[in-house]
Amino acid sequence: MARRIPRQAWALGLFLLILLLIPLAITNRYWMNLLITTFMFVSLGQAWNWVGGYAGQISFGHAAFFGLGAYTSTLLLTKFGVNPWLGMLAAGVVAIAVAFLIGWPVFRLQGHYFAIATIALGEILRIGFDNWEWAGGASGIELPIMESSFLHFQFFSKVPYYFIALALALITYGITWWMTNSKVGYYLRAIREDQDAARALGVNPTKYKYIALMLSAMITAFVGTFYAQYILFIDPASTMALDLSILISLVAVLGGAGSFLGPLLGAFLLIPINELTRSFLGGGGRAYNLIIYGALIMAIAIWQPGGLWELLERWRKRRRGRKQEVTHEAA
Amino acid sequence: MKLLETRGLTKRFGGLLANNNVDFYVDKGEMVGLIGPNGAGKTTFFNVLTGFYKPDGGQVLFKGQSVGGKSPEWLCARGLTRTFQVVKTLKGMSVLENVMVGAFVHARNASEARRKSEEILRFGGLYEKKDMQAGGLTIADKKRLEMLRALATEPDLLLLDEAMAGLNPSEVQEAVALVRRIHQEGVTIILVEHVMEVVMPLSQRVVVLAGGEKIAEGPPDVIAHDPVVIQAYLGEKYARRRQALGEL
Amino acid sequence: MTDLMQVLASGVLMGLVYALISLGLTLIWGVVEIVNFAHGDFLMLAMYLAFTIYAAFHLDPLISLPLVVIALAIFGVIIHKFVIRPVLKAPMLAQIFVTFGLMIFLRGMAQFIWGPDYKAIPDPLVSGSVQIGGVYLSLPQMVAGVGSVLGAAIIAWIVYRTELGRGLRAVAEDREAASLMGISPEKMYIATWALGAGSLGIAGALLVNFFYVFPEVGGVFGLLAFVTVALGGFGSVAGAFIAGIIIGLVQMSAGFFIDPAIKDIPVYLIYLLVVVLRPQGLLGEF
Ligand SMILES: Nc1ncnc2c1ncn2[C@@H]1O[C@H](COP(=O)(O)OP(=O)(O)OP(=O)(O)O)[C@@H](O)[C@H]1O
Ligand SMILES: [Mg+2]
Repeated sequence: MARRIPRQAWALGLFLLILLLIPLAITNRYWMNLLITTFMFVSLGQAWNWVGGYAGQISFGHAAFFGLGAYTSTLLLTKFGVNPWLGMLAAGVVAIAVAFLIGWPVFRLQGHYFAIATIALGEILRIGFDNWEWAGGASGIELPIMESSFLHFQFFSKVPYYFIALALALITYGITWWMTNSKVGYYLRAIREDQDAARALGVNPTKYKYIALMLSAMITAFVGTFYAQYILFIDPASTMALDLSILISLVAVLGGAGSFLGPLLGAFLLIPINELTRSFLGGGGRAYNLIIYGALIMAIAIWQPGGLWELLERWRKRRRGRKQEVTHEAA
Repeated sequence: MKLLETRGLTKRFGGLLANNNVDFYVDKGEMVGLIGPNGAGKTTFFNVLTGFYKPDGGQVLFKGQSVGGKSPEWLCARGLTRTFQVVKTLKGMSVLENVMVGAFVHARNASEARRKSEEILRFGGLYEKKDMQAGGLTIADKKRLEMLRALATEPDLLLLDEAMAGLNPSEVQEAVALVRRIHQEGVTIILVEHVMEVVMPLSQRVVVLAGGEKIAEGPPDVIAHDPVVIQAYLGEKYARRRQALGEL
Repeated sequence: MTDLMQVLASGVLMGLVYALISLGLTLIWGVVEIVNFAHGDFLMLAMYLAFTIYAAFHLDPLISLPLVVIALAIFGVIIHKFVIRPVLKAPMLAQIFVTFGLMIFLRGMAQFIWGPDYKAIPDPLVSGSVQIGGVYLSLPQMVAGVGSVLGAAIIAWIVYRTELGRGLRAVAEDREAASLMGISPEKMYIATWALGAGSLGIAGALLVNFFYVFPEVGGVFGLLAFVTVALGGFGSVAGAFIAGIIIGLVQMSAGFFIDPAIKDIPVYLIYLLVVVLRPQGLLGEF
């Protein structure tokens, strides 16, 4: 026991060091793009996990926050010349405000009713933006090309994007760490397991669901802004569609809903699959993607509701169990 | 001193009067038994007291303050909590984590909550199982965990809804011992129970509900002989069993 | 004025179809206690099936309807056996995700098999429209409306007037009590899936006469079915029809008077309002 904790710290340190050094080793733009996208989904998946995994409120509408993030900063930039970094903050504020507004109706709902309400809200937003000509309508908005600098949040090289995406993922994990080691994490899980029991133990479910949703909305919007600055083009179909909401939730559920490392594992497995099918199969790749996702989701739900994380845990426990047996025999 | 009091408490479900004009009180440090036949309205009464239902009429006073309509979490933070007739274990969490959720009401951080919870688990004899998934416990252990979890919120008043139903005789004895010890720690207790042999010796005073109304109240031995109670609640079965046992 | 009549007429006709679609959803929800997110995608399969039979053998959807119903019923039972049964006792997360995964899977398969573009039957058996008092009523839509009412009547008859229906209702009421009475829940689940999916066979074969079919077509219909159930009240046949018609009317009016692109927004708003303010729906029992 005493030896395991420093070993974990070592592993964490090493992992971070590798992440910092990767841009030195990998210069290929394709692989950098893959890593950047993966980090984006680490953040998105973990932010979803606070609501869908820990608190057990399954949302299929998270793309709404992503799209709001992308559109807030982009509209501020293109219409009012506001710096995208400020735009990112504004995106966070807008997302939190929207989370606050929709929390009132949706937190009265549970289970399927909640999930369907999130689909409905997401679709309302998407259809709205599709038809909002001032905001570019269905054809979207191209961001103006500016000089490559930190101030403008635009770069020729992928390396700065890599570090920003990494920083966002680290912030997200920092929040998760705080959550799981404080009252908030315990309360969210208690709400998921049994809301009445939680209330009898002094938990105010609405308050803690709000905390989870607002933080989740904020991070998701930040990533939305990042995406807009990275791709330099946004439209409702790519930033607000149900497909994106599904992918976000799938990252968390595949990795392990309600687990600390789950979304990380999920993103590192799913996003490469997603990008590979897309680049090798072209436009028709969407059908394969849907088939693969669909089959994966069903398989996980049926055989492994705890996701990859639980699979690893079980495997680790078995190994540890075997080790203990060996030491017992030796003694 | 009255810790909790109800005056004319009424709760309706559509046309059904689940609690009808109930006057009730419990003094600080007391252990009161609340009995009554199936459907008498005992669980409903608990649900109103703990804020899960809003009363349709009457008053609930806790520590002298009117609290009718306050939320369960508000009441819990002020020292009033309960267990559930159908156990509500936080199945996906460990035994220790179940108790920690309760402990967080007053603990400032996770390590304090953990320390306190481990202490409570030792007190309640579940320490050895602290890392188990709570969903895997036996029903007796689940009920025990639910009491300990409630205890972790540091209640002044604890409402136990059939904490011993469904247990075998030796488990009942253990549960009775635990309830006694919790009471000795200074927690006031209201005990809903079907098993008369359990309530009577534990309670200092017994209140009887039937059809949503309070029909009797008094010391256990008096209640056990009250013809109204025997008629309305204990019924033929208990009367016969008493004769058979030749007791009292 | 005729505009308004026109909108009313097509709204009502579509509403009848929505009612039929939503019945299958409630039935499965009530008896099996599974909310099928892929419900609309079963409908999509039915439409494609009718379309394919037409393309291959020139059999009109109205004629191949019984075949489509049987195929869908069998498909429903297969899905129950291999996808649903394993999660019947699983936590909520698994139950929600399994049918959600199925939904995505079916859409991917449809796109793989039939391609992403819109398909329609070029010359259906019944086509054109009749004019009544200045209002044009599309004949295929009228057939669909009448067919939906008949389909719903058959289902209602099975559920409320037959031995099988008594079993279904007993299981929906209380699984344990029903099995104590000697009714096998598993058998009832199978019957429910056959009925629920089969009813979509009817709806699909009727719809494809006047509605484009494409891989995502189930998305909107699935959501509309949820809205219909929520609005009409869980488990109420009359409620389903009232709600279906209200939704059809709202959708058509919004499409006509505001903008066809936003015609689903008011429908989603109705869902949100109903589940928050009147969770039991218009005619719900609880
Ligand atoms: N949520 C509810 N909605 C409608 N009726 C209810 C509800 N809860 C309880 N009832 C009814 O109120 C009456 C009292 O029920 P309650 O559960 O309080 O009885 P009880 O004394 O706890 O019975 P038991 O000993 O069986 O636990 C019963 O007739 C019951 O059917
Ligand atoms: Mg009770």
